[in-house]
Amino acid sequence: MTLVREVYETLVEFVRTFGAFILFFVELLVHTPRAVFGRFRLIVAQVHNTGTLSLVIILVCGLFVGAVLGLQGFANLQRFNAEDTVGTFAAFALVKELGPVITALLFAGRAGTALASEIGLMKATDQLSAMEMMAVNPVSRVVVPRFIGGCISVPFLTAGFSAIGLFGAYLVAVVLLGVDVGAFWQQMQQTLSIKDVEEGIVKSILFGGAASLIAVWEGYNCIPTAEGVGRATTRTVVITAIVVLVVDFMVTATYL
Amino acid sequence: MSKSSDNLIEIRDLDYSRGSRPIFRGLNVTIRRGEVTAVMGPSGTGKTTLLRLITRQLLPDNGVVLVDGVDIGTLSQTELYRMRQRFGMLFQNGALLTDLSVFENVAFPLREHTRLTNRLIRHVVLTKLHAVGLRGAADMMPRELSGGMARRVALARAMVMDPEILIYDEPFVGLDPISMGVIVRLVRRMNDALGISSILVSHDVQEISTVADCSYLISDGKVAASGSPQELHTATSDLVRQFMHGMADGPVAFHYDAPDYEEQLLGRDAD
Amino acid sequence: MQQTRSVELGTGLFVLLGIGALFFLTTQTTGGDDFRASEVYEVQARFQNVGSLKRRAPVSMAGVTIGRVTGVEFDGDSLEAVVTFVIDRQYDRIPDDSDASVLTSGLLGSQYIGLQPGGSDMYLEEGSEIMFTQSAVVLENLIGRFLVRDSDDASE
Repeated sequence: MTLVREVYETLVEFVRTFGAFILFFVELLVHTPRAVFGRFRLIVAQVHNTGTLSLVIILVCGLFVGAVLGLQGFANLQRFNAEDTVGTFAAFALVKELGPVITALLFAGRAGTALASEIGLMKATDQLSAMEMMAVNPVSRVVVPRFIGGCISVPFLTAGFSAIGLFGAYLVAVVLLGVDVGAFWQQMQQTLSIKDVEEGIVKSILFGGAASLIAVWEGYNCIPTAEGVGRATTRTVVITAIVVLVVDFMVTATYL
Repeated sequence: MSKSSDNLIEIRDLDYSRGSRPIFRGLNVTIRRGEVTAVMGPSGTGKTTLLRLITRQLLPDNGVVLVDGVDIGTLSQTELYRMRQRFGMLFQNGALLTDLSVFENVAFPLREHTRLTNRLIRHVVLTKLHAVGLRGAADMMPRELSGGMARRVALARAMVMDPEILIYDEPFVGLDPISMGVIVRLVRRMNDALGISSILVSHDVQEISTVADCSYLISDGKVAASGSPQELHTATSDLVRQFMHGMADGPVAFHYDAPDYEEQLLGRDAD
Repeated sequence: MQQTRSVELGTGLFVLLGIGALFFLTTQTTGGDDFRASEVYEVQARFQNVGSLKRRAPVSMAGVTIGRVTGVEFDGDSLEAVVTFVIDRQYDRIPDDSDASVLTSGLLGSQYIGLQPGGSDMYLEEGSEIMFTQSAVVLENLIGRFLVRDSDDASE
C-alpha cells in the first residue's frame, strides 16, 4: 500500500517538475529577444565565462582523443592493409560523434557546474531576491545571458575540439607512424560529405542548448543551502550526460 | 481621506502557512507613513516571511496586503515591478551582487531602470555612498567588505532610486557594537532626512527602543502586542515581558515539543 | 575597464577561433562538391546492376568529374536499374554512342560512373539515353567465377 502510494507520489512529482521545467524554458525564451539586444555585454561576458575559459581543457582533450583515434585507427586498419583510411576513420569519429559528445560532457563538467553553482549561490545569498526587489527580473538579468552564452560557446568549442582532434590524428598517423600525407587527407575528403559536418554542427547546437538549459535550471531551482547547491551541480553533470547521449542517439538515427 | 494618507501599508486578516505548518493566522499590521515601524518576535515566527509577503515575493493564503490602499495581490507583473521601485529593501546579508563592484552595485538599479548618463549616475552613486560613509570603497568588490560595510553598501543601493519605503531585514544581526551604532543612526537619519517610511525586522530589543516609533511583537502567528517601545517595555503581558526582558522560559517555552523526558530516557524502545 | 577589455579580447579570439575551426571542418575535411555547374543537361542510362551506386556519385570522363548522379531507380518492366545523371552544359560534345560503366575508385572505394567516348557525330543532349552500358563489377561474383574456374582447372 505504501509502495503504491510512494510510486504515485514520485510520479506526480516527476510530472510536476517536468511541467515546471517547460514553463521555465518558455519564460526563458520570452526574455531572450530583449536580452540579446539589451544585455549584449552580459552575453559577451558569459561567452567568455563558458567558452573562452573552457577552451584549454577542450583543446587538450581534443588533441589527445584525436591522437588516440590515430593510434587505434592505424593499428586496427593495418590488419586490412587500409591504414591510409585512418584519416577518414578519425574524421568520421570526431566530426559526427566524439567531437559533439565529448565537448558537451566536458562543457557540463567545466562550465555547466560553474553556472549551476553560481546561480545557486546567488539564490542562497538572496541576490536573486534582491534583484526581484529592485524590480529586475532575475531570469532576464541572470539566467538568460548565461543560457545564451552557453548556447553560443558549445558549437564553437565542438568545432575546436574536432579540428584539433584531426590535427592530433594527423600528428600520430602521418608524422609518427608514416601514413602518406596525401592519402590521409584525400581519403578523408573523398568520403566525408558536407552532410556529415552538418550532422556534427546540428548535434553541437542541440547539446549546447541542452547543457546550458539544464545547468541554469538546476542552479535557479536548487535548494538555497550549501548542500542544495552541491546537489544542483552534481545533477547538472548527471542529467546533462544522460540527455546528451539520448539526444545523440536520436539525431544519429534521423541522419542515417 | 486622512486614513489612506496616514496608513501606508495595511495587512488585514492575513493567513499564511508553509506546507502544513501555519505561520500567520489572522495577522493585522498597520504601517504609518513617515514612521519607523519595528516588527519583533522570537526566532522562527516568520518575520522575514512577513517582509516577503509585504513585497509580494510570497502570496498569502488568505487576507490582503494594501499598499496605499491597493491590494498588491491583484497587480500584474509590470505593475508589481513598478510598485517595487517604490520600495528599497535591505537583506540580512546585504545580498550585494558578487560579480559587481561596490560602485556598480549601487548603480545597478539606475542602469536597469533609468537612462541617465554615466556622469549623472556617477554623481548619484557617489552621493549615496557618501551618505553611508563608503565613498572611498567604491572600487572594492563585495568580497573585500566586512559585514557592516556590506550592509551599508546595500543600504546605499536600497536608497539609490529614492524609495518611499525602506525595509530592513535583521539589520543588526552579527554586527560589532560600532557598526551596529552606525546602522542604527543611519536608519533613523534616512527616515527623517528623506521623509520616507521604514519597516524594521529585528529581535534586538535595545536597538529597536532607540530607533522605532512603533513596534509590533508577533508571536504564534498573531500580533501579541503593539505600541511604542516604551509602552511595550512596561507592558504586563507575560509574553511581552519575557521577550522584552529576555527571560529563558515563559509562554515561549524553552523546550521544543518533545515526549516526556523521563519516559524517553528510561523507557524501552518506544516504537 | 582593463578587465572588460581583456574579456572582450578573449571572447573575440575565442569566437574567431571557433569560426576558423568550423571553416576548416566544412572545407578541408569534406570533398565538398568539386562539381559545381550552374547549367546542366540530364541524361539517362540503363544498367543490369549498379552495385552500390548512390545519388550524388560523380560522373567522370577521362578521370575528370563532369557531372553527378541525380537518381537511381528500378524499372519494374525491364527489371533494370535506371540511372539519371546531369552533365555540365559546357561539355556538350560528348558522342551519343559513348558507353557508361559503373566503376569503383580503389579496391574499397565508392562507386562512380565513368564515360568512355564513342565515335558518333551526334552528341548527348537533354533527355538522351546512353545505349552502351556496363554493369558494376560485383566483388562476390568475381570471386565466385574465379573459384569456379579454379575448381574446373583442378577437375581437368
